[in-house]
Amino acid sequence: MDWRADASAPSMSVDLTTVKKIAGLARIAVGEAEAEALVPELNGILHWVEQLGEVDVVGVEPMTAVIPNTLRLRDDVVTDGNVRDKVLANAPQAEHGFFAVPKVIE
Amino acid sequence: MSSYRIQGATGEWEVVIGLEVHAQVVSNAKLFSGAATAFGAEPNTQVSLVDAAMPGMLPVPNRECIRQAVRTGLAINAQINRWSRFDRKNYFYADLPQGYQISQLYHPLVGEGSLAIEADEKAGIAQDKQIGIERIHVEQDAGKLMHDQHPTRSYVDLNRSGVALMEIVSRPDMRSPAEAGAYLRKLRAILRYVGSCDGNMEEGSMRADVNVSVRKPGDEFGTRTETKNVNSVRFVMQAIEYEAQRQVDVLESGGRIVQETRLFNPDSGTTRSMRSKEDAHDYRYFPDPDLLPLELDEAFIEDCRASLPELPDAKRRRYQEELGLSAYNAEVLTAEAETARWFEALLTEGARIQKKGEAQVAKASANWLLSELYGALHRLGKTLEDSPVSPERGAELLALVADGTISGSIAKQVFEIMLETGDAPASIVEARGLKQTTDTGAIEAVVAKVLADNADKVEQYKGGKEALFGFFVGQTMKAMQGKANPQIVNELLKKALG
Repeated sequence: MDWRADASAPSMSVDLTTVKKIAGLARIAVGEAEAEALVPELNGILHWVEQLGEVDVVGVEPMTAVIPNTLRLRDDVVTDGNVRDKVLANAPQAEHGFFAVPKVIE
Repeated sequence: MSSYRIQGATGEWEVVIGLEVHAQVVSNAKLFSGAATAFGAEPNTQVSLVDAAMPGMLPVPNRECIRQAVRTGLAINAQINRWSRFDRKNYFYADLPQGYQISQLYHPLVGEGSLAIEADEKAGIAQDKQIGIERIHVEQDAGKLMHDQHPTRSYVDLNRSGVALMEIVSRPDMRSPAEAGAYLRKLRAILRYVGSCDGNMEEGSMRADVNVSVRKPGDEFGTRTETKNVNSVRFVMQAIEYEAQRQVDVLESGGRIVQETRLFNPDSGTTRSMRSKEDAHDYRYFPDPDLLPLELDEAFIEDCRASLPELPDAKRRRYQEELGLSAYNAEVLTAEAETARWFEALLTEGARIQKKGEAQVAKASANWLLSELYGALHRLGKTLEDSPVSPERGAELLALVADGTISGSIAKQVFEIMLETGDAPASIVEARGLKQTTDTGAIEAVVAKVLADNADKVEQYKGGKEALFGFFVGQTMKAMQGKANPQIVNELLKKALG
């Protein structure tokens, strides 16, 4: 699963079971007909992206961008927070400063 | 070799244990935002729009959190990866507003390292042992759910959301609950020395996922289960004991172990399956496109290395080899960073006042700290951190004994008064006239009186009952309210009886 993996790896495709599973994991309600239609659609996208595998990258170091860029770090200083009203503004339900959600208990 | 075995109907079973410890990183601000991390704030007040996962918000890593993880890695002699990367771990839960946790799966910040646990015969650890640590990666904590505030709703507080955690993953190198306990205590000690985590398991700043499997000695590893979020050393040991026995029972009755996530119940000491998490391992990790790879230069790493304090193992060896302390005292004094700090302050001050080397005052300092001071603190329900007597005052007291101003028994009295009043030992001795008498004439007079009053015992002593010498010393000291210099008393008694 390494992103630097060999580009000659076998091509990827999905079937109906996989589409339903992904939809379930993503909490997206997908009907039977819709799921069937999604199979060729997703495979089309996968194959389109896989064209990148045709590019000869022998001798090219993996990179995250074509412009050399490094991750910027922040100083350990408290500069944010104390915006509870903003944080809770879009909550469907908020009580006593908390988000209130349907009871989830293990 | 560890001898911990579970006796089953089909023979002996060996337990294999690995621990994943989540340790909250000590920092002012969160891993990817500028919101505060302090414990116990009003709900949702330490939350930035980044932590609440509002659309368009971008994470920027906190340098200090990275630094603390690197320092921790160096403290366990681990490889520090100059190139690491953040990945998204995708799952849905009400305490996780992003819908994914930013973690490091493929390229963790810290690679292979190890720590040593010491032989402990009482606990059944036959010899010192290295426990491998596979990796340490940095990740975000989730928010907190409260279920008991409302009949049909759970309340969500995001104050912890985005706080930096280190996940410290051991190799499956432990073979008994005692070894797992020793590993956790050692790891906690190292984290506290380094200052990268406060190690407070009760407040949840350190918790462990416990991986357990069983096998016949010499066989391949069995299938393991993972018991989540166990929050004390004792509970970790209990969870292992219970889980190992359960697995043996399942296997011996013809069943098989399912790889699954389990929950520990601290009230019963048992574990149970978390069935709802069956899908949970399908996290669909992928590199977080919001974050570039993290690249560290040598200067950063050297700076981290230079900032490390002396660690418990090195300190323990030094206490034994250079200060001449016993193995036991060295172990106890270095087990917690706070104890070692207190002891070293006592030592430095003692050496300064007495104009001696630290090694010359070390034994008396160690003995006093571990017996007198610990005894008193235990009695008062206090710890070194809120000790009523400071290291400086302790050193003054020991100096008064060392230079013969007071005797050891008077020192105990003075210490009791110090605990109550907080006064300096020298002024207590002065004000209460507790100074030791070295006035030979005065002591001689008392010795003569003691011997005269106990003529019968003197006869017995001269007849060969030499154990009575101690009685004469005791009587003389008693008559002088403990203030006579014991050496002079000894000498004078010997002369008078000889």
